[in-house]
Amino acid sequence: MKVETKSRITVFILAALVWFALTDIKDFQEVIAGLVLAAVVTLLAGKFFITTTKQRGVPHRIIAAVRYFFNFLWEMIKANVHVAFIVLHPMLPIKPGIVKIKTKLTKDSAITILTNSITLTPGTLTVDINPDSKEIYIHCIEVHATTVDENTQQIGQRFEHILAEVFE
Amino acid sequence: MIRETLGMVFIFIGIAFDFLGVLGLVRLPDVYNRLQAATKCVTFGSAGILFGVFLINGFTSFGFKALLGIMFIFLSSPVAAHAIARAAHRGGIPLTRESVIDEYAKDKELK
Repeated sequence: MKVETKSRITVFILAALVWFALTDIKDFQEVIAGLVLAAVVTLLAGKFFITTTKQRGVPHRIIAAVRYFFNFLWEMIKANVHVAFIVLHPMLPIKPGIVKIKTKLTKDSAITILTNSITLTPGTLTVDINPDSKEIYIHCIEVHATTVDENTQQIGQRFEHILAEVFE
Repeated sequence: MIRETLGMVFIFIGIAFDFLGVLGLVRLPDVYNRLQAATKCVTFGSAGILFGVFLINGFTSFGFKALLGIMFIFLSSPVAAHAIARAAHRGGIPLTRESVIDEYAKDKELK
């Protein structure tokens, strides 16, 4: 099957499922409206969902995604307790600065998820990306290291290897 | 019964973190540090409140809307923070005096 057809079918099924979850279905008309809307979404944006064929199977990637989700949830809880501690501390123990890290991920979607995760985890906030050299500028509330390699190790690598399994 | 109690617990945790986020917004020194408090605590707080709503309502259309809300907050709040931080830096707003390093400014001068 062609990649684009596969992508459109997936989008149609997902859109229809979201509609069924969001509406209390009491009537057959609501089902028809949902299918029509799912078809419109598929026509407009269907081909962007799956863009390449992967070597690894879908189940493997779904397991990696679930692992990533729980890993991320744990990091996020730590982040919140950390920032809450800083905010409540009478002396405000901060040492802010903007540092730079490198990423090995190549796909746009993977980099987007990586930067979003960085923003939501301990004391770090993505400021900008240089797409050519794959460098990410990150504002840290507490700077621990000043070299690019050390920061890559500390900030990026927690998520990078799992994301590589999910997306590439 | 247990579901409602758990839901309430999540809503209270959410409100507590929202409060801490707002406190951080007032106490921290510059726009970048304030964004840290605003994105982390407030995202987590709002997600907690919505998850509590989901627990109380269960798998109904109302509960699913709350879950979908969590997803959209997780996707949109980091992007908004990135846009604000980048705009602030490009607009020439300096980092607070306690800052130790600014690689972004260094690289911008090189270009």
